[in-house]
Amino acid sequence: MALYFFTPFIAIILTILGGGIIFYILGFNPIEALKFYFITPISNLYGFSELLLKATPLCLIAIGLSFCFKSNNWNIGAEGQLTFGAIVGGGVALLFYNQEGFYILPLVIIAGAIGGMIFALIPAILKTYFNTNEILVSLMLVYVSKLLLDYLVVGPWSNPEGFNFPETRQFSDSSRMPLLFEGLRIHAGIFLALAAVMLSWFVLYKTYLGFQIKVSGLSLKTAKYAGFKGKTMILVVFMISGACAGLAGVGEITGPIGQLHRMISPDYGFTAIIVAFLGRLNPFGIIFASLVVALTYLGAETAQIFLQIPKYTGQVFQGMILFFLLASDYLLFFKVKILNLKKNELRH
Amino acid sequence: MSLDISFIGILIGSIMASSVPLILAASGELITERSGVLNLGVEGMMIIGAISGFALMVITDNLFIAIVGSMLSGVIISLIFGFLTQSLLTNHVATGLALTIFGIGLSAMLGKNFVGIPGKEFPILFSSLKESIPFFGPILFGHSIVLYFAFALPFLTNYFLKKTKLGLIVRAVGDSPVSASNQGINVILVRYCCILYGGAMCGLAGAYLSLIYTPQWIENMTAGRGWIALALVVFATWSPIKVLIGALIFGGITILQLHMQAIGFRIPVQFLSALPYLMTIIVLVVISRDSRKIKLNTPTSLGRIFYKEK
Repeated sequence: MALYFFTPFIAIILTILGGGIIFYILGFNPIEALKFYFITPISNLYGFSELLLKATPLCLIAIGLSFCFKSNNWNIGAEGQLTFGAIVGGGVALLFYNQEGFYILPLVIIAGAIGGMIFALIPAILKTYFNTNEILVSLMLVYVSKLLLDYLVVGPWSNPEGFNFPETRQFSDSSRMPLLFEGLRIHAGIFLALAAVMLSWFVLYKTYLGFQIKVSGLSLKTAKYAGFKGKTMILVVFMISGACAGLAGVGEITGPIGQLHRMISPDYGFTAIIVAFLGRLNPFGIIFASLVVALTYLGAETAQIFLQIPKYTGQVFQGMILFFLLASDYLLFFKVKILNLKKNELRH
Repeated sequence: MSLDISFIGILIGSIMASSVPLILAASGELITERSGVLNLGVEGMMIIGAISGFALMVITDNLFIAIVGSMLSGVIISLIFGFLTQSLLTNHVATGLALTIFGIGLSAMLGKNFVGIPGKEFPILFSSLKESIPFFGPILFGHSIVLYFAFALPFLTNYFLKKTKLGLIVRAVGDSPVSASNQGINVILVRYCCILYGGAMCGLAGAYLSLIYTPQWIENMTAGRGWIALALVVFATWSPIKVLIGALIFGGITILQLHMQAIGFRIPVQFLSALPYLMTIIVLVVISRDSRKIKLNTPTSLGRIFYKEK
């Protein structure tokens, strides 16, 4: 069990080594490049706030995904659920664009969560009632949601005074997440993420629903035998997952962005899949993993500025982390084998 | 714009051209899946094929090397997937996703210096016949050799799976790896071969995009075609001929949407662009509704990890 939570660290170390090799091949001093990548971005308070800012949506989405993945439901369309949540939440925020009031932000947040939930229900319902593959449906919906957002910000929702820029009006101050510190971008959305962590820990480890989810993930046959309502559970885990992604979307548009435009998320929904795995689908593991992966985003931006390396290196690092993590699971497999051998020896 | 007969001929020709990457990638993935391996990295392998094909064309100025190189790069990157899933027994879904994310990032990194370089004209065959025969000319002639290969591939794949011993072995490995293994077949080796073959076809599909269809390098230029190819395999219920039909339907939607935009059809562009994705979902629902039929056609061990006790 200790090894199970230890291998993510091995994966991170191997990724850093692999990154060094790539930088070396590209003709950079690997030590210096890695320093720009992993240390420079968080060497001051502003950088640290940016790290938390990027970790917040990743953590939220990954928490939601952990419910799906634990129960063997492959929701990989969190990016679409994030986008749709942001559309619904943003729509509410735009209704109140010239009004102030304490009730506006809660309304926007709830609308975003519901939006994400509804969008996640599509693959869930199709899976439960039409036997459709949820991987493909949830993924196709990502493209649909992005095109819908594009249509809205160019067409009906575009800012009437915006000189035809593809963006909506600025939200009123009452629809914005309160900032935690003057001059830093970190906002109250981080509490949503922390609340999600606590809540998911409680649900997964202390409730009957959590027990059902875990059993279904380990063995569908056992779950059926025990009489768990499989269909309801699929709907529930997708709704949880979608709501979390929707919250992440709303957190972005009411936090650092403050309006709707085309680029509301640098693929947080996809990257969160890596976060969920790196965190071992464990709520506290996910906090740690979201910080590590958020650092690859920041590092990629810093490396682009200082070393003129395209910022897509972030994705290379993220892919490598998942490769190495999956590969290091082989160690666990061996351990299981060795234990089995010992048992057999005892019997003889 | 008049809908005369020669225009329809040109239209069908362009639909065929746009379906080529889907046919290639889906046919490759079909063999992989028939051996029981679910590789979700199609998009990543395609984009790597696209950049390596284009880069090799710019560097060597030789289209043959570019095409072969793109297939080799597909093989190399799918080897990562093969090693992880077959030798280290990792989860197919997660590994495939990692491959796509890694591939998109790596291609953008490699392609940094190739943005904005104009492509080279790819030679087309029978160009004189294309002009001289009114309706059938643009349909049958004036295409690149890759297109002819793509249209032959589903039939070759079908023959391979149904009529050859190797095809039977691939199907046996996918449907019952344990029995196949007991018959003395090296399941892991067969699966490795199928994964690498899938990688080669996806690499070629990517090179078709960057060398022939839109001859240039654009970041993320596969634009979700890899995922549509994956959906196509399910759409075709793992039958190669149906892959061809499905790919033509999707190619048709893509081209139709372009023409509807061009003639100023009063529907927002974004809705038309969303059509292929919505269509995929609808088709998936229709074919998956009958769970018995899907079960009958799905390779039984698809996505399951197999290992042999030593």
